Amino acid sequence: MAQMNMIEAIRSAMDVVMDRDPSVVVLGEDVGYFGGVFRCTDGLQRKYGEHRVIDAPIAEGGIIGAAIGMGVNGLRPVAEIQFADYIYPGFDQIVSELARLRYRSCGEFFSPVTIRTPCGGGIRGGQTHSQSPEGIFTHVSGIKTVMPSNPYDAKGLLIAAIESDDPVVFFEPKRIYNGPFDGDPEKPAVSWASHPKGEVPEGHFTVPIGVAETVREGSEITIITYGTLVHVAVAAAEAVGADAEIIDLRSLSPVDTATMTESVKKTGRCLIAHEATRFGGFGAELAAIIQKDCFYHLEAPIGRVAGWDTPYPHAFEWQYFPGKKRLAAGIRKVLEAAA
Amino acid sequence: MSKQSRLHIPRPTARPGEEPDFSFLELSAAGAVDKPSVGARTRDIENLSSDMVRVLDDDHRAVGPWNPDLDPQKLQVALRWMLLNRVFDERMWQIQRQGRISFYMQALGEEAVSVGAAMALRHGDMCFPSYRNQALYMVRGVKLVDMMCQCLSNTRDMCKGRQLPVMYHSRAGNVFSISGNLATQYPHAVGWAMASAIKGEDHIAASWVGDGSTAEADFHHALTFAAVYQAPVILNVVNNQWAISTFQGTAGGERRAFAARGLGLGIPGIRVDGNDLLAVYAVTVWAADRARRGGGPTLIELVTYRGGAHSTSDDPSKYRPKDEWKAFPLGDPVERLKQHLIAEGHWTEAKHEKLVEELRALVLAAWKEAQTYGTMTEGPFIDPTTMFDDVYAEPPERLEGQRRRMLEIERNGGGH
Repeated sequence: MAQMNMIEAIRSAMDVVMDRDPSVVVLGEDVGYFGGVFRCTDGLQRKYGEHRVIDAPIAEGGIIGAAIGMGVNGLRPVAEIQFADYIYPGFDQIVSELARLRYRSCGEFFSPVTIRTPCGGGIRGGQTHSQSPEGIFTHVSGIKTVMPSNPYDAKGLLIAAIESDDPVVFFEPKRIYNGPFDGDPEKPAVSWASHPKGEVPEGHFTVPIGVAETVREGSEITIITYGTLVHVAVAAAEAVGADAEIIDLRSLSPVDTATMTESVKKTGRCLIAHEATRFGGFGAELAAIIQKDCFYHLEAPIGRVAGWDTPYPHAFEWQYFPGKKRLAAGIRKVLEAAA
Repeated sequence: MSKQSRLHIPRPTARPGEEPDFSFLELSAAGAVDKPSVGARTRDIENLSSDMVRVLDDDHRAVGPWNPDLDPQKLQVALRWMLLNRVFDERMWQIQRQGRISFYMQALGEEAVSVGAAMALRHGDMCFPSYRNQALYMVRGVKLVDMMCQCLSNTRDMCKGRQLPVMYHSRAGNVFSISGNLATQYPHAVGWAMASAIKGEDHIAASWVGDGSTAEADFHHALTFAAVYQAPVILNVVNNQWAISTFQGTAGGERRAFAARGLGLGIPGIRVDGNDLLAVYAVTVWAADRARRGGGPTLIELVTYRGGAHSTSDDPSKYRPKDEWKAFPLGDPVERLKQHLIAEGHWTEAKHEKLVEELRALVLAAWKEAQTYGTMTEGPFIDPTTMFDDVYAEPPERLEGQRRRMLEIERNGGGH
């Protein structure tokens, strides 16, 4: 086992897969010589050459479009979109082409593209470097959507994503690249070095897509979340002193319905938390699943904590971000509500 | 110059009721344009993007440096494919008008575009077509009956009822799946070609878009990527003058030829008489050769005319003169190749008529067979629960659940 932060784990995943499979190629803006603005591909071009780690023009639609063509011709492309906020020029290629190709050609053509993209706020990125657009992608049939919350899962899930014949949009919460974040920006930064999930095997392993992890067991309330908010939820539950069961979804599509519903049937109370905006967000789908499968076990209305339905404001980042206090309040509200 | 800024609204030279006018169309005489070596620098061959490569002259003779010197047998094969495309379209159009398929798109007047390229490329070269390149599928071995079954969405439909008619695909023929969204296939072709070079193979890719969809971002993405990496790809713009109701000027074709779109990126452009099978063949061979030798992409503008409606859903008499095609200076590609073969003594009117009859019989037989696999109104019908297949390689449980639910509804008599 090695200690890795999330950047190193993601890099290690690509390294391991590229070493095993010559068809894996990486392309994106600044990913080659420089190694990516977040350093996730650092050293890969030196190791695997310019034909396999390709600096791309600044055209996200072109990056994804070209990656699809490469995939059709037998390569296994890993495309980096520098910020999730930049993914929209490639949206048509993802929705109308990447997600649909297998279906419309009845399996004669497919393209196993993995799109890696850093998401989320908390880094003073303003509205164009902070978004969490995962809910836009979970809505699209034909792609898988993944968001890890720690280095171990990041590596295992990314290897699974690259090796999957289905296209995967792989969101990387950039606030926790270097260390877990409990939602309090005043506290000194913590590294992954002392976190058990910072221990990552150096070789090949996978975390299966579609399987959630219960990161904390409890009996009073189930908190369903993913990405950065997993760590915020743990801190908030401790602050409240709630005996909370916390589920890190890891995969949003497909989603692990069984783990969620079994937990809620046990606790009878449920809070859903994500950083993305609330209205029409992925949390709404989760609430619908819980409502349908756990209705007669619920002792309180399902709670939701999310980003406000505004763009991500630069100066008011911490008022926007659903931090520890908002989650704690959300937990109390669900705990105190009577059925 | 005016004293203030002004907006230019592009207008075609003629609308319904007006005299067709193609005086804007710049032509070169057949044989007049030099043929450079495939290794020529883009800057030295910029003239190719504004001149027009033509081989067949007004006397139906093949002339000049671009004459590919195809033997008569091969030309007869080309004529056969073009005629098959036309006869097939004719029949499918009628079938749509009879309400037996929901939609159709014909390639009337543009048959040389696909047939010329298909015959110039190798089988291992991958084609990323638009929806008016049906001849690519034909030349690459897709059976007529299978194309018809696709249009019928019946039990033998290659798309299992998922796609609008004419959105074919053929893995075996190396012809990509048609999306229905415009120009999206252009960057795919470039990526495919990049992969071919990365793998050290000498297959190239070719793609086609219309003049209208050159305005899409994907067109520009594709050109940029093709130029940056010198991808072995042929990017074809089929300038058939019309994008449904808007003329090529609405896509920005008034001041400079579409063939020149790549020059700013260093991509050579060739403007070719798209109704001249020999010229289309010759420029495709040139571009393929250049790509295979590491010379990178070529942008080919095929100047042609959309002889029919955009699709079965529009009426061209509402937006262009009825007889505009007759006035088009580059004529009809089928007629021109036929006259060339006759002029060379390798074809006769009688043989031509016989061939048309033969192809009509072939198409009719295919149609009869296609209907035995089901029609829109009569069974056998495709199992609707197959709609849940192929969404993913590894289907999630929720789709299986929805399939079971749908099956239950169907078993209970279906309904809406």
